[in-house]
Amino acid sequence: MPAIVNQPHADGNVQMLGDPSLIVHATPAAGFTSQLISSLRSPPVFVALLILSVVIVVALAAPLLGTIDPVAIDPGSRLRGLSPEHWLGTDAFGRDTYSRVVYGARVSLIVGAGATLMSITLGLLIGVLAGYFRAADAIIMRVMDGIMAIPSILLAIALVSLTGGSLLTVLVAITIPEVPRVVRLVRSVILSVRTEPYVEAAISLGTRVPTLLVRHMVPNTVAPLIVQGTYVFAAAILTEATLSFLGAGLPPEIPSWGNMMSEGRMYFQLLPGLILYPGIILAATLLSVNVLGDVLRDLLDPKMARKS
Amino acid sequence: MLAYITRRLLATIPVMAMVAVVVFAILRLTPGDPAAIIAGDDATTEQLEKIRQTMGLDKPIPLQLVQWVYQLLQGDLGVSLLSGAPVLGMIADRMGPSLALAFGTIVVTVSVAIPLGIVAAWKQGRMLDRAVMTFSVLGFSVPTFVVAYLLIYYLSIKMGWFPVQGYKPLSDGFWPFAQRLVLPVLALSGVYVALIARITRSSIIEVMGEDFIRTARAKGATERVVLMRHALRNAAVPILTIIGIGIASLISGVVVTESVFNLPGLGRLVVEAVLARDYPVIQGLILLFSFFYIFINLVVDVLYPIFDPRIRY
Repeated sequence: MPAIVNQPHADGNVQMLGDPSLIVHATPAAGFTSQLISSLRSPPVFVALLILSVVIVVALAAPLLGTIDPVAIDPGSRLRGLSPEHWLGTDAFGRDTYSRVVYGARVSLIVGAGATLMSITLGLLIGVLAGYFRAADAIIMRVMDGIMAIPSILLAIALVSLTGGSLLTVLVAITIPEVPRVVRLVRSVILSVRTEPYVEAAISLGTRVPTLLVRHMVPNTVAPLIVQGTYVFAAAILTEATLSFLGAGLPPEIPSWGNMMSEGRMYFQLLPGLILYPGIILAATLLSVNVLGDVLRDLLDPKMARKS
Repeated sequence: MLAYITRRLLATIPVMAMVAVVVFAILRLTPGDPAAIIAGDDATTEQLEKIRQTMGLDKPIPLQLVQWVYQLLQGDLGVSLLSGAPVLGMIADRMGPSLALAFGTIVVTVSVAIPLGIVAAWKQGRMLDRAVMTFSVLGFSVPTFVVAYLLIYYLSIKMGWFPVQGYKPLSDGFWPFAQRLVLPVLALSGVYVALIARITRSSIIEVMGEDFIRTARAKGATERVVLMRHALRNAAVPILTIIGIGIASLISGVVVTESVFNLPGLGRLVVEAVLARDYPVIQGLILLFSFFYIFINLVVDVLYPIFDPRIRY
């Protein structure tokens, strides 16, 4: 059989020498970009990207968007409807609902990004340990099973109630239930690449364990972790809102969407907007993250994509 | 079969033990003195000492764990710090609304989601399929409490069809009971209908590519028979799995829904206990819900071979 040499062309496609049936696909980079562009042409994906971009821009530029201090109390104008001074009215303390919704975007994105970063980092570390060091595996995975069997919202509620609500404790409480899922994902990737020829070659060349893990094994987890990360991001935003809504989340002085909905409960019949405005924005944000997560999954994990 | 069930039952023991240890560890190893939290800010040293003694907090932690597990095995979940009532009794008292809500949701979800998924798979790529899939993404993304408030706003406040909040036990008559349960069940079902319809659709689509489907069509079976008898039966396992996951994750939804609609169930009890920092109650409820979760997984595992005889133990 002739040796097969693939020479990438300038346009990124692979020129095939030898038996063409043995070469299955073009260089991933070219396929990825063109697929990304084609999926952006679909209206739902475009809308999702638009919504998420708006939320991010609003969060970054909150002080420039005609907002006033979101925690400034004004007893003189409590529970007002829509007006030129208060675009979305005011709450029971006379705070401006529009400003609170805008600043709430900041809180949600910080919580989402923070919890995602923390759970991916922790999950990656523990997952690599479990996947590579067989002795640690059994113990780690039993602990993970135990954490996974506890409904995540209950675990988070219990953690917050014990440590008291602050941004950090809420972040930790959201992170812990998400970690086992990341650990399982990383572990399965590490287990499956352990027997790959290039890993065995690296081992037989005497590569040290840290180099082996970082250079040859961990890069394989990047694509699945990006996909998982988008779902963790959405889950974290939802959990924060749920915790705060139940009164077991962020301290009430932080203007988060969940806190606004929680405070609005008593006045729902009078001013439904107190709950519906933050609620609808929350739903739109989660929707766009989930849609974009599906797109990423389809691009990065073709096997899963075919299934759904 | 019996041997398999026994083996699976035995396999749940380590997981349950792990859950108990994790729950214990969370409550004992988090920073802060539980006795101080319970006693409040202006407690005296003697009061603190007394609380430590009654809770056994003055003993070494491993001994506390052993003692706690020993009590658990006897079915003793401790007493509420707030009311002094046994936790087990409190749970039993609040079971009714939660069971009604969960049962209603399962019935609605399964009877709506599976037909939706079948129809979407049948009309794959057409308008109907797109509509089902759009609804599925929506249902999955819009939080339960947002759906709940939208329902209350339009159907209760604007239309006046349902009471806004509250609960009446079945003993007060079926109509008042059912009337107050419609909106909570609808609100909670959304996310599970979305989930199950999506998996039903994708599993059927996958099966439709198999050889035996072509054979069934070749022998002249109608599309209805192909879908219902050949495709659905062979897609049963993933659908069953997702229903199991759905039932197990109902718990979080129950906590939120009961809070919105003011149903006096277990979910409400969790929130009350958390706000009052009633640790034995929190502990007991987390254990109960986790065991329920493990139990549902066990039931699903046992059901697999009944739905798909190719799976052997």
